Formats: sequence, structure tokens, C-alpha cells
Amino acid sequence: MQQPNSQPCAETMLRETASQTAGPYVHIGLALDIAGLPPREEEIWNRLASPEADGEAIELVGRVIDGNGDLVRDALLEAWQADAHGDYQCEFDLRAPFNSFGRTATTAENDGEWCFYTVKPGQVTRRDGRLMAPHVTLAVFARGINIQLHTRLYFEDEAEANAACPVLNAVESPTRRQTLIATREEGEDKPRYRFDIRLQGEGETVFFDF
Amino acid sequence: MPRNDNKRFVERDRNWHPPAYAPGYKTTVARSPNQAYVSMQAPSVSELGGPDFSRLRMGPHDNDLLLNYREDPARTGQAGLPIGERIIMFGRVVDQFGKPVPNTLVEMWQANAGGRYRHKKDGYLAPLDPNFGGVGRCLSDDEGWYRFRTVKPGPYPWPNNINSWRPAHIHVSVMGPSISTRLITQMYFEGDPLIPLCPIVHTLRDPEAVETMTGRLDMARSRSMDCLAYRFDLVVRGELQTYFENQG
Repeated sequence: MQQPNSQPCAETMLRETASQTAGPYVHIGLALDIAGLPPREEEIWNRLASPEADGEAIELVGRVIDGNGDLVRDALLEAWQADAHGDYQCEFDLRAPFNSFGRTATTAENDGEWCFYTVKPGQVTRRDGRLMAPHVTLAVFARGINIQLHTRLYFEDEAEANAACPVLNAVESPTRRQTLIATREEGEDKPRYRFDIRLQGEGETVFFDF
Repeated sequence: MPRNDNKRFVERDRNWHPPAYAPGYKTTVARSPNQAYVSMQAPSVSELGGPDFSRLRMGPHDNDLLLNYREDPARTGQAGLPIGERIIMFGRVVDQFGKPVPNTLVEMWQANAGGRYRHKKDGYLAPLDPNFGGVGRCLSDDEGWYRFRTVKPGPYPWPNNINSWRPAHIHVSVMGPSISTRLITQMYFEGDPLIPLCPIVHTLRDPEAVETMTGRLDMARSRSMDCLAYRFDLVVRGELQTYFENQG
């Protein structure tokens, strides 16, 4: 007979609803303007920071590239980042100067580039007290992606902090670590950081499981 | 602000979810990473936190697809409604321990009753419905319940195999308490004979996983002389109680 304590806890747990691809028409649901639908009262989009937000205003741009080297023009990205002081603003409020969450998309236009308008995040402290280099967590959804891919964008002009970041250093291959570093360009009126996401093959971006 | 980093979520079972590379669904072949994911052994507030959308301003019909994109009756001279089977889609957002997830953002999008999406890129020959947009959103209530009113979407053909058809489905996006619980899935309709034929459904290896994505007809919640109801509960990753502080 089975001992009462032999039942694994997992059997008492529900299974997570399984993921399915967001598909080619994800924009209808999560990026209405891209799909050609009129906006609702408030939309969640790619301006995380208003001019009143503390910190250095920056743009994040990039492309999503598949294993053939072709542009993925139907992706949806979600960003999650700390404010300039290293704090997350969890309460999403479009009237606030800064929100930690935003969305953007790649399309047939704009050379297939996505874009976020934000401020450079501050360093975030881990529970063990170690500082992580400034970073933006990105999730990629698209047709052909069965469950979203998580990555992190770091900044090339934070070399010292990057070198000490426990998460970057958890990526064993120094070569692959470089796929997480956005390069700095001078934008029209503010710095622009470029971060291409390579889904597969040469230069494949590091994706995280958490 | 309370810190979010003293919690943990049940690990996501990557064998339960569809794998990145699932060649029967051809688009995954060039869009699936080859390298192993890097597991975060010590998730931080960057993974454990997430946005709270309680203050997002929504319109009165954001969860009512029968009304939210219909043509302006003042302009057309008649109060139009979308064509199709009127349905209520509802359910509860809970975590893996059965705990309700209140005030979380649930978003959905779908094709119209003919299987056509209102999207610049959809050129399927089924017509657009001038009274149907195909997008909804709402917050779950204090007990985790959400609901939408819509029409049942039609199946449609898509270029995968020579003659592939998607079963009728509604795309569903849920945030949950953290970006770690973030999930996008699709609700299928109980009894649809296209479900077992679909290459996207086949990305799942466990038939039980398909059951978690199947909406069930619920006659008790349907409305006589008005609409049927389909129940679709969403289960997001469970939050573990942390009883012990780590040492050091």
C-alpha cells in the first residue's frame, strides 16, 4: 500500500495552461495601430518615459532576425525595466512620467525595426545584495514562436557594471554574452541603443528561462 | 514600494509547453533557437515583478466585441451587430495552487465568423464584417473571473501544408502577477473536428495540454434566446510560499 507521504506534491497542483503562438495577427489584440484598428481610450505602447521622467532619455531600437538572416516583420516585443533610480514602477499609469512596462512591434515598414522611448535604467540590486548592470528585460512573441523568448538588453557604455553583473556572468560563453550588449549610436536628439535579436544560428541571442 | 524578490514561482515545465522547434508547424523551423536557454538560478525583481494594470483606463465596451467596433449607428442609420453565433467567453484566472488571480489584464483577439481577421495583412477571401473588430480586454475581478461577449470565430485556411485549416480559436493573453507568469495561448472550442488536424495544436506533445486550451460549453451560463457560453479557465504559474530565508 502506498504511504501517505509518498504522493508527490506535483499531483495536487494544476498544470499551467499551455502556450500557443501569438500568431501573425497578434497586433489586432496587442498593437491595434499596427493592425490598422482605431485606438481605444488608452493603449499600452512603446513610450515608457515622458520628458518629465528622471534620468537620461534614450531610444532602444533593433530588428528581429530569423535563422535564414531574414527580418521577422510580425513580432511583438514587451519591455520591463527599472527607472533611472533602479526601481520598478509596477503600477502602470499613463499619467505617470515613467512606466516599467511597454510594448512595440516589428512590421513591414520602418526597415522592420522596433523602438522604445525610455530612460536608461539604473542598477537593480538582487536579493543577495549583488548589483546587476542596467538592463531591460525583453519578451519576443511572433508567428512561429510557440512560447515567448526572454532576453535582456544591456548597454555597451556600462562596461564596468556589465563585467560585474552576476546575470551576464551566468552566461558561460563570453562570445554569447556579447549578444546581450546594445551598441550606442548618436540619435537625433538623444542617444540610441541598437539591439538586434537573432533567433537562431550565427550570433544567436542568449535567451533566458526563469 | 514592497520588494518583489522574496517570492518564487513554480518552474515552468518546458516539456509541457510546445518546444521552440516543432517542424510540423513550418514557421518554427527558422524561428527556433538552437542554443540552450540560460536558466536564471536566482531570479530577481527583474523577473519576479510585473505590471499592475488596475489604473489602465478602459472603455465601457472593451470586453464586448458585439459592440466595441460596430459601425456608428448615427452614420449608417441602423444599429448594426456583427454576424455570427453570439457567445459569452468567460472563465477564471487561477494559479497552479487554485488561488484566484484578481485584477489581472486579460486580452483576446480573433477572426470574425467567416474566419477573417481585421488586419492589414489578412487577405483571406472571406469578407470583413463592418461591425466587428475582433479585439477585447478586461481585468479579472476580485475573484479572478473575466468575461467577454463576442461571436464564435470561423475556421480558416493557412499556408502550412497544402490544405491546413486552423480550428476556430480565440487568442488569449494574460499577464498574471509577474512577467514570469506572462502567457499567450489560444482557446479552442470543445468538439471541433479540426483540433486534432491542426499543426499548431500538434506542437504540444501531451494531449492533456490540449485539454487545458479547450473551452467548454456551459449551458448554465448561456442566456436563453440570446447566446451560448464557453468557459475557459486560465492557469498561470503558482507562487510558492517562501518559509525560509536563504543563508548568507
